[in-house]
Amino acid sequence: MTRNSDILRNIDGLTIVLFLALAGLGWFNLVSAATGPDGPVEWGLGTLHGKQGLWLLVSLLVGFLILQIEGTFFIRTAWLNYGAQLLLCSLVLVIGKKVGGARSWFGIGGFGIQPSEFAKMGAALALAWYCSKEGGLKAFGQRLRAAVIVGIPAGLILLQPDAGTVLVFLGFVFAMYREGLSGAVLIVGFAAVVMAVLTILSGASDLSYPLVGEANGIYRFWLLFLVIGAGVILLLRNATLPRYRARITTRAIASALAALVFSIAMHLALEEVLRPHQRERIQVLFGLEVDNPDADYNIRHAKTAIGSGGWTGMGWRNGHMTGYGFVPEQETDFIFCTWSEEWGLVGSTFFLILFAGFILRILFLAERQRSAFTRVYAYGVGGILFMHMLINVGMVLGLAPVIGIPLPFMSYGGSSFMAFALMIAILLRLDAERFSVLR
Amino acid sequence: MDARFRTVALLVIFFTGAFILRLFSLQIWQPEWKEKATTLTSDRHSIPPSRGLLLDRQGALLVGSRAAHDLVVLPRELPEMDSAMVAKTAAWSGLTTAEFEEALSKAKRYSRYKKSNIRRGIDVVEHARMAASVHQFPGFSFRTRPVRDHIHGIAGHLIGEYAEASRDDLNSDPFYRMGDRIGRSGLERVYELELRGVKGRESVVVDARNRVRNTAAGEGDDKPAESGQDLTLTLDRDLQAFAERLMQQKKGSIVAIEPNSGEVLAMVSAPGFDPDLLVGSQRGKTYSSLMADPDKPLFNRAIKATYRPGSIWKMVQGLVALDEGEIRPTTRFVCDRNIIGCHGPHTQDNLSNAVIHSCNPYFYKVMQRVVNSADGKDRFERAATGLDAWRNRVMAFGFGTNLGGRLPGTSRGNIPGSAYYDGVYGKGSWDFGTIYSISIGEGELLTTPLQMANLAATLANRGWYRTPHFIKSVGDMGKPSGLGLRMDTEVDPVHFEPVIKAMRQVVEDPTGTGRRARIDGIAVCGKTGTVQDEPRKDHSVFIAFAPKDNPKIAISVYVENAGFGGQWAAPIAALLIEQYLTGSVANVNRLQRILEADLTDPYPEPEPATAAAVSDNDALPESP
Repeated sequence: MTRNSDILRNIDGLTIVLFLALAGLGWFNLVSAATGPDGPVEWGLGTLHGKQGLWLLVSLLVGFLILQIEGTFFIRTAWLNYGAQLLLCSLVLVIGKKVGGARSWFGIGGFGIQPSEFAKMGAALALAWYCSKEGGLKAFGQRLRAAVIVGIPAGLILLQPDAGTVLVFLGFVFAMYREGLSGAVLIVGFAAVVMAVLTILSGASDLSYPLVGEANGIYRFWLLFLVIGAGVILLLRNATLPRYRARITTRAIASALAALVFSIAMHLALEEVLRPHQRERIQVLFGLEVDNPDADYNIRHAKTAIGSGGWTGMGWRNGHMTGYGFVPEQETDFIFCTWSEEWGLVGSTFFLILFAGFILRILFLAERQRSAFTRVYAYGVGGILFMHMLINVGMVLGLAPVIGIPLPFMSYGGSSFMAFALMIAILLRLDAERFSVLR
Repeated sequence: MDARFRTVALLVIFFTGAFILRLFSLQIWQPEWKEKATTLTSDRHSIPPSRGLLLDRQGALLVGSRAAHDLVVLPRELPEMDSAMVAKTAAWSGLTTAEFEEALSKAKRYSRYKKSNIRRGIDVVEHARMAASVHQFPGFSFRTRPVRDHIHGIAGHLIGEYAEASRDDLNSDPFYRMGDRIGRSGLERVYELELRGVKGRESVVVDARNRVRNTAAGEGDDKPAESGQDLTLTLDRDLQAFAERLMQQKKGSIVAIEPNSGEVLAMVSAPGFDPDLLVGSQRGKTYSSLMADPDKPLFNRAIKATYRPGSIWKMVQGLVALDEGEIRPTTRFVCDRNIIGCHGPHTQDNLSNAVIHSCNPYFYKVMQRVVNSADGKDRFERAATGLDAWRNRVMAFGFGTNLGGRLPGTSRGNIPGSAYYDGVYGKGSWDFGTIYSISIGEGELLTTPLQMANLAATLANRGWYRTPHFIKSVGDMGKPSGLGLRMDTEVDPVHFEPVIKAMRQVVEDPTGTGRRARIDGIAVCGKTGTVQDEPRKDHSVFIAFAPKDNPKIAISVYVENAGFGGQWAAPIAALLIEQYLTGSVANVNRLQRILEADLTDPYPEPEPATAAAVSDNDALPESP
């Protein structure tokens, strides 16, 4: 065992710099979002930025303390941690405060705590423990169990309901992919996205069919899919060597049918399961006509605010769209609009590169580990950060549907920030021990 | 490096790059987002320019502007109001509770975030009272706007009205916004474009609820308002005010023109109105009472009313005949009084005396010669051709024209020609015997007071006039082109001398019909007219110019249903001439008599019709 102080010397400085840069920049931006353009900045714990500042300090302190704890502690307590998170996520469904239709908060005095933010950490540690124990995810059973580990907390969160955070758990796919999950997962995921888009687009139109008359355009899509699919399969059959022919044909047919079933299920879900406002959000995203003129209010104003930024933005505490109440939720989910309006393309690009750089640094840290635990954990953390960026920034840019999740380091929210600070601190400690342990 | 690391890293880089491209598209490539943000967050306020002032010919202020206050409400800032509070606020606002509640609910329906008028046109005194306690009524405030201030309350007809723009105005000119004012009539309307100025622009930043948050927004785009140009009128303030005073308790009109320029020095239509009463809160009430008045105080008689000119027409007849060579100054006609009656003891006048005596048969015969001198196969054709030639000569004096029509609604009057009589009697069914009434200014002839004053100016100039106009200068640009065009009657100036000599006699001779226009030391030339208006009293008409040589003022006075021309119109003209030329009136008795006269009753005293004023009488017996 190396002495603690030597280990702390190995802590990755660049990660800390990037983390502190993101945190500082986020808080600086929150001051603007919380105060608006007029008058002097008010300070104090009554203000949003004051509260967030306190959370920042507390989180940094906790993070510092965590750096003092030996990495093995987190490995040994991974399941304990995971169990505790599951307990909290269950508990919040019962005694949580109902805010905006979802029961996802514990109210403690003036502060609120969101267990779902911490559940990501628990799931990351548990997944890391399982993968490192199994030495990879090659077998179907391993993959299934890994999915269950991630799926249980996600399921509990879905019950709150908080669809956004559930989507974030998809970020663990990257960790699982790294540990042996077939690359087909990514291809299937991509194919599914294409299928989903085509389903939504054709499902939203009406066509006149010969002999049948007016009906949903989805039928033509399915028909075309079958015809073209059959043609592609025939071509494949002829193009492949005879000895692979049977296998490839079977797989191609199975894939095509699976895709069709997926499309049908998706269409039914859209038509029958989703509530009108949810369907509208999706249709708005694809530029489809929506009866409700306010359906795209949020996203329209978010895009307008961003567009307002131009090259270099309007300057700190000078964004008119964000500062004067045109953008909803702009301290939380739509915080990126404030940054984008006030700092323009230059500032936004800087932030995205910083954020992506942080994710890549974490992935880089993962790859230099001898410890599988640390690697999987790091991939988990990086994947979660990546999903947050994809969903949140994609949403405000009008590329993803409106799903409420915070943008790490920027959005107002103590739980979110603290959860990320803890995750990063654990990662830094584990990374610092990379020379001393072989697990 | 692990291949799977590369895949994941590439995914991160790919999506980051995609987001940056999207940002580029929103922030740079598609400027509509930026424009949309500007539209949403900024509110353009226009800054009203101050309207040009109206000055008299000496530069004295006629129409300025003063502040009027509107009480406005911002419904968003209103507290809950119980009925006691509503009553208290209503009392404070000066409205009845019902009026107040209606205005308030209208304001709320219009917008919660925009100010609406509750009460308009609050005057200075009341505003002071209300402003002292406005803090007790949250949500209420005042909006101040400039309104017209008619300093002397004169020349209302000429200046016209400056009132709220109608829907048509809003639709036809984007300059006007709801609640803006526009020149509605008179010079305010004619010179609207010059007077109104250029609106300024100011951009302010508003929030999502349309509240103004930052006034120092689009500095580059802001521009101050440009004031309208001042109008210098040709009116003489003192003369105008004096003329209006003289016409109190009378109906009719006065037009005074500077002969050598055509500038209108005074223009009165009586009864008139106080133009200041058409400004501010009492406008509606004033307007409807003026509209309902049977004497039509809003009607500008000076340019719109058409009257038979009566005996003043005889000078036109004489001049045309002289120039046509049909008579000479020495030509005499017997006052036979066969076809047409006459008055006074004269038997066979020459031209001058015929003017002095206002001899009807003389001018009957004069016009007969003029009309019948034309070629034609019979008397009908000769009459038609002759009448049209005569009509052209008369129209050269400005009759039957709108004299440039510098004011909207300027009437042309009526100078009947052959087409007119063909329409009335049928072609070839009339000759001079049918139409001779017009020879003495009666019959179908119709002229306006402006045309009569123009005749006086033409006589003063010995044969030409400049089109009458009202503007000396717009801003510092001088007189607009097209004003005061020189028009020639093409009557040889020598022919004017016998006529003017006679006009001088009309006034100067102790028995002249216009002797009441005599002024010591000023050579006034004039001619009376008395126009029948059965069963009402005669119209009293007088035209004059003075001094005889190098005339400075030409004037027409038309007093409806007042009596003989010499009785009222002549002394009124004399007072104005004296006032204008000397700056004061020496003949106090004359002034006294006119100021005290109430001529509003159009019907004559029942009886007795004494001969007391016979020497003034140049009235006509009824035409057959």
